[in-house]
Amino acid sequence: MIYSYYPGCTLKTKAKELDRYARRSAEALGITLNELPEWQCCGGAYTTAQDEIATKLASVRALAAAEQEGGELVTLCSACHNVLKRVNHDLLTDGEFAGKVNRYMNPEQPYGGKTKVVHYLELLRDTVGFDELAKKVVKPFTGKKIAAYYGCLLLRPGKVLAMDDPENPVIMEDFIRAIGGDPVIYPYRNECCGGYVTLEDQALAVKKSSAVMESAEGFGAELLITACPLCLYNLNKTDGFGTEVHYFTELLAEALGVKD
Amino acid sequence: MDRETNRVREQVLRMSGVNVLKCMRCGKCSGTCPSYEEMDYHPHEFVYMVEKGEIDKLMASESVYKCLTCFACVERCPRGVEPAKLIEAVRLEMVRKQGQNRLKPDRIPALLDEELPQQAIVTAMRKYTK
Repeated sequence: MIYSYYPGCTLKTKAKELDRYARRSAEALGITLNELPEWQCCGGAYTTAQDEIATKLASVRALAAAEQEGGELVTLCSACHNVLKRVNHDLLTDGEFAGKVNRYMNPEQPYGGKTKVVHYLELLRDTVGFDELAKKVVKPFTGKKIAAYYGCLLLRPGKVLAMDDPENPVIMEDFIRAIGGDPVIYPYRNECCGGYVTLEDQALAVKKSSAVMESAEGFGAELLITACPLCLYNLNKTDGFGTEVHYFTELLAEALGVKD
Repeated sequence: MDRETNRVREQVLRMSGVNVLKCMRCGKCSGTCPSYEEMDYHPHEFVYMVEKGEIDKLMASESVYKCLTCFACVERCPRGVEPAKLIEAVRLEMVRKQGQNRLKPDRIPALLDEELPQQAIVTAMRKYTK
């Protein structure tokens, strides 16, 4: 199984672990991730304004390149995933937007949103299968209470991302079960960590992230997992909590015995 | 409503694609907003103030920079009004003006620490700057 892969800016710098363990685990699962030869930063945030075109073109280039390579593009960072999937959705459903984009970029092949954007977790669920993944686990997290932190960008808006139920998701909990852990369900798992506002108002981000940590610990979490570098950063800026925060790919690689 | 106010109102409505008249004033958007306590004007107020044309007050307030773009109000609005799109449109109407960039690149180095992910910087630039 060969897929195009879009790592994004942060996975090349501050979130190398998220990327490295995803690649190693994919290899162990028989999946080839081919990094797109030329990709640009997605911009971190999808702009909802309908007259914004230029801010979405980097995503269009990645999506169009993936179409040429086989048509399925794997993402990992929650922000990249959100931006790429939504821009793709616009191209597929908004003819006026797609027309403007293609007239401006003037590609050999017009791009109309045919690439399928797949989050790494979706790849595990839908292609590998969590049951099959469980069979390949050599070092299970038996008895470990693990809390999944979805945050906001991975699931919302649910109609466009169409990954899981945005209010009662199960994909990360099913992943935790597959690697032998015990998922902790807690109220703040899909509430915001404070996001990019941490840059100019860190107190707000710490307040939001503390609420998440408190909620997870209150329900007995020993470990918290995320797919988002910014969530990890904000959660780690909190004070007074003992729960470690890791990328889900670190646990995956460890469970598969390919971490080091 | 004077002509300029009306123009801004039309522009915000067109940019956001939001139909403010669908709002039934339940307040769920503000109830679920993680930035509620930091805002002078809250998501439900954006909806009715845009409807009334009081956009200059919104543009002048810090509230436009407090939206975390978490899409909680978009997901949870029972009427599909999606207030975050209005907040985004009002903010763009502000930062698109000459000289109104909120975050200038030369301010960034002082805001960095060792672990800060690039994602935070590019997102903030996209939100605060044109």
